[in-house]
Amino acid sequence: MNTFKRTMVGLGVASALAIGTAQAQVSDGVIKIGVLTDMSSLYTDLAGAGSVAAAKLAIDDSGIEKRGYKVELVSADHQNKPDIGSAIASKWYDAEKVDVIVDVPNSGVALAVNQITKDKNKVFLASGPASSDLTGKACSPNTVHWTYDTWMLANGTGAAVVKAGGDSWFFITADYAFGHALERDTEAVVLKNGGKVLGKVRVPLNNQDFSSFLLQAQASKAKIVGLANAGGDTTNSIKQAAEFGIVKGGQSLAGLLVFITDVHSLGLPTAQGLNITNTFYWDQNDASRAFSKRFEAVDKGIHPTMVHAGVYASILHYLKAVEALKSDSDGAKIVAQMKATPTDDPLFGKGTIRIDGRKIHPAYLVEVKKPSESKGPWDYYKVKATIPADQAFRPLADGGCSLVK
Amino acid sequence: MEIFGIPTQALFGQLLIGLINGAFYAMLSLGLAVIFGLLNVINFTHGAQYMMGAFCAWLLLEQWGVGYWWSLVLAPLAVGLTGVLIERTMLSRLYKLDHLYGLLLTFGLALIFQGLFTNYYGSSGQPYRLPEEFAGAFNLGFMFLPKYRAWVIVASVVICVSTWFVIERTKLGSYLRAATENPALVQAFGINVPRMITLTYGFGVALAALAGVMAAPIYQVNPQMGANLIIVVFAVVVIGGMGSILGAIITGFGLGIVEGLTKVFYPEASNTVIFVVMVIVLLIKPAGLFGKER
Repeated sequence: MNTFKRTMVGLGVASALAIGTAQAQVSDGVIKIGVLTDMSSLYTDLAGAGSVAAAKLAIDDSGIEKRGYKVELVSADHQNKPDIGSAIASKWYDAEKVDVIVDVPNSGVALAVNQITKDKNKVFLASGPASSDLTGKACSPNTVHWTYDTWMLANGTGAAVVKAGGDSWFFITADYAFGHALERDTEAVVLKNGGKVLGKVRVPLNNQDFSSFLLQAQASKAKIVGLANAGGDTTNSIKQAAEFGIVKGGQSLAGLLVFITDVHSLGLPTAQGLNITNTFYWDQNDASRAFSKRFEAVDKGIHPTMVHAGVYASILHYLKAVEALKSDSDGAKIVAQMKATPTDDPLFGKGTIRIDGRKIHPAYLVEVKKPSESKGPWDYYKVKATIPADQAFRPLADGGCSLVK
Repeated sequence: MEIFGIPTQALFGQLLIGLINGAFYAMLSLGLAVIFGLLNVINFTHGAQYMMGAFCAWLLLEQWGVGYWWSLVLAPLAVGLTGVLIERTMLSRLYKLDHLYGLLLTFGLALIFQGLFTNYYGSSGQPYRLPEEFAGAFNLGFMFLPKYRAWVIVASVVICVSTWFVIERTKLGSYLRAATENPALVQAFGINVPRMITLTYGFGVALAALAGVMAAPIYQVNPQMGANLIIVVFAVVVIGGMGSILGAIITGFGLGIVEGLTKVFYPEASNTVIFVVMVIVLLIKPAGLFGKER
């Protein structure tokens, strides 16, 4: 009996010590997560406050705080301006001891944060941005690109559309890093599948009136008008395309990056029939529905987009790596640990992170339902095809990432 | 036939589109010019009030089933009333101070309104159905002109011309103009100048809201819709000459066309071309094309 008691006391002391050391090795005893996102402009609904909510859910679900770690969450608005985003990232890393930056919708801002994170040896979990350059020529040992990228969108939607007969394209492209990458990747897919590109037009970000560009698309006589833009730009172009009779005139629209919040805002009568490539749909399985239910309760009834899901899943995996290493100070080491361990979370299932920082999981080609097929708000997608994980993203050798030898 | 590699037919289409966008610039800059001309206030809330007009129309339709035509009357009235309230409680206290104070106040209010609407309705925007009467389009041969856009041009010309007429050619207009030149004297003739100024601000705001209602079926009704527009519209007012009503109308339409042509020849510059024009005009005619040097 005595021996038993002594052992128990010993175990207690040992575990208390263990917790003590874990805390001590985490820099300042706190794992500090910074959600850098768009809080006031066109990407607010698809990321924004929802990303902060998703991060909170991830911290809760990881249970890491029960095991003695302290986690702190901060957030900021990058206003879609790379200079503002860089300033916040530097201040967070230098003065406020933030260990990891998450989300960052807007590829322009994300590429800046990618570089700063590498210079300061911290961690960047990119869920919001699209540019495939993050795991290509700009790849970094400190970045994980989680949710989706332009190559995946191009490969999913682009290939499907060309195979269905849409072999001549006209691009309406957002004039910054993201739009250029999406246009470039889609054009490559179109050409590879035997299609041709008849014209393209570069439109300043956050444009209101697309009629002029739609007329140019109409005049090009291309079968497909490819929208290489996102958020409010996409919804405005789709709405005005309907007004100008683009679809009635025999041309089709290909929304290359459409989020469920965009579909919600357009309404099914305008959005029906659109083909979209996605990596997460809230109504996919029991786990995604359960997550969505908790998420809606904290984000004004908005159902989670794939960006929100990516924020959640990437933080879960990051915290596992920190816990395994018992340290959050060496960014490159944490990302290496994240790459070494297979991922497993309720929203994306089992997956891996490649050496170039690309998270690998399946993608889904979905079609927006007709109003008559939808059971109510947010019941919007029919899954038409699943693109298996090993085909959904750009082959490792093609990206030109310096980490790949 | 082609001009600079663009078929003339396509060019006609683009000119018309430019004219339609110019119609919105004209309606918005008109309200700004009226307010600046008569109150000497640089109304930075104008974009937010345009957005509130669009939201008001959307709410009327979604909540109470009130259609487009009634919205054209009710939304400007409602938003105009909030304008009256702002003038009475806040702006009227700033007239004795420098212009800058009015600008800062209205700019702050714009940020507050946009923030509140974003917080409540999100950033993706709300769809406003096209009124049934306007479904479809005219086939002009060289382009497909949606009926609604044709209506926007007609309505905006009517609004602009009648506003110009009231201010420049009627008795009421002459009181207004006199009150800005010498309020004390006009008051001495027994005219209630403060009330007239309040109503003028309300009217300017109502014009912004009216443009908002007209924009609702074309654009997503979105809290940021005014923020993007207001800077351009300010450039339009500056180019036309601050406070010049005719200048605001003509430059509004004119710059719409200039912007439309830029979208064809060099689309990347389409959101900067107006500012380039502004710089050139200010260098040559500092008071603007139609402004009077004081």
